[in-house]
Amino acid sequence: MKNWWKALTVVLLLYVAVAGLLMPVPRLAILNESIRNLYFHVPMWFGMTAILVASVYYSVRYLRAPTPELDIKAHEAARTGILMGCVGLMTGSIWARFTWGAWWTNDPKLNGAAVAMLIYGAYLVLRSSFTDEQQRARVSAIYNVFAFAVAMPLFYILPRLTDSLHPGAGGNPAFARYDLDSDMRLVFYPAVIGWTLLAFWVAQLATRISVLKLKVYEKQIA
Amino acid sequence: MQKDFRLEWRQRAALNGMLLYVSSTVFVCYLSFSSRGGQLPAPAWNALFWIVLLFSAINAVAKGFLQESRGRMLYYYTVVRPQAVILAKIAYNALLLVGLALVAFTLYSVVLGNPVQNVPLFVGNVLLGAVGFAGTLTLVAGIAAKATNSSTLMAVLGFPLMVPMLLLLIKVSKNALDGLEFEASRNSLLTLLALNLIVGAVSYLLFPFLWRS
Repeated sequence: MKNWWKALTVVLLLYVAVAGLLMPVPRLAILNESIRNLYFHVPMWFGMTAILVASVYYSVRYLRAPTPELDIKAHEAARTGILMGCVGLMTGSIWARFTWGAWWTNDPKLNGAAVAMLIYGAYLVLRSSFTDEQQRARVSAIYNVFAFAVAMPLFYILPRLTDSLHPGAGGNPAFARYDLDSDMRLVFYPAVIGWTLLAFWVAQLATRISVLKLKVYEKQIA
Repeated sequence: MQKDFRLEWRQRAALNGMLLYVSSTVFVCYLSFSSRGGQLPAPAWNALFWIVLLFSAINAVAKGFLQESRGRMLYYYTVVRPQAVILAKIAYNALLLVGLALVAFTLYSVVLGNPVQNVPLFVGNVLLGAVGFAGTLTLVAGIAAKATNSSTLMAVLGFPLMVPMLLLLIKVSKNALDGLEFEASRNSLLTLLALNLIVGAVSYLLFPFLWRS
């Protein structure tokens, strides 16, 4: 079966939605039931990173041997990554409202993620400011690689240098050996896989639409 | 590469303009804060200093590519390797920004006071920052020069890309302001250095592709 991974995505995400909301979770101070956000918020960033890596991979391949398809793949993957990042920011923001009492706090992790989203927003602006397609493809591929190199430290290195209110830093309970109990793992790992696969699925569909549009456009010109 | 560097140096007409730009910005800051009387609080001093540097850096580096005529680009293309061009441009911009930063720092501390307690650390930090800005902005300027509305694009692309660097720089210079020991900021400085290297390496690898068009 060719589309086994799509079936897997559906099964995993259904499982995550049901089990994530109904399975028992450990009682931790402050977090309480909001710990279930772990199954939705954290996998977004995993999925985003995976899909952005794919985008950079296509950009590098485009630079080595340019074809319009590779450019479309890189673009749609980056767009999906931005979507995942935005959903990640939103789920985090809602969670913060009920756990910390504010939609947004001045925290290195939050700010890093927001700035990284700005970097990728600039990618979209850059794309829209070219008229020549080949030049747009090449320059945005270059920027994509560059942006990835600068944005990843924002996510994974800089927040670790400072104390943060965000779970997982500064002694706050979070995703770590000592407090992620085995019940949660049973849902968390499928959630990561499911959401990542969903990102790839979305990117694939978007790519297909764009390729079809390109073909229709070429037909019209011919 | 040396020759290329000299070519860059020859068109330094913008240099005086940049110096004037920095001095007038600093002076405007001074005038707008002098109405408050006394000294600026250290965090505000720090933030203002980096904002001045950020804007002058973006202006200074943007000139490098935008002013280049098509014919001269073509001439470079036939004469030298693209890697040499990007290295020369980064080196030139780094030198330019180091110069601008030092002038800005001197002027700034003359008119607004100098609360820095650990001057060597602060100056070292400013130097690292200038080099990092040059590395990031040179490629961004190259990218922006290809597009139609390049001056807007320069800001849109440049600012977010500089934020990681800027965060580290502000943190280290805050340490220097408070006179903390070197140990306190060593980690950040190392990360800054690594970030500079990453940015430089990526620019070096990517520029040949940009250059081809």
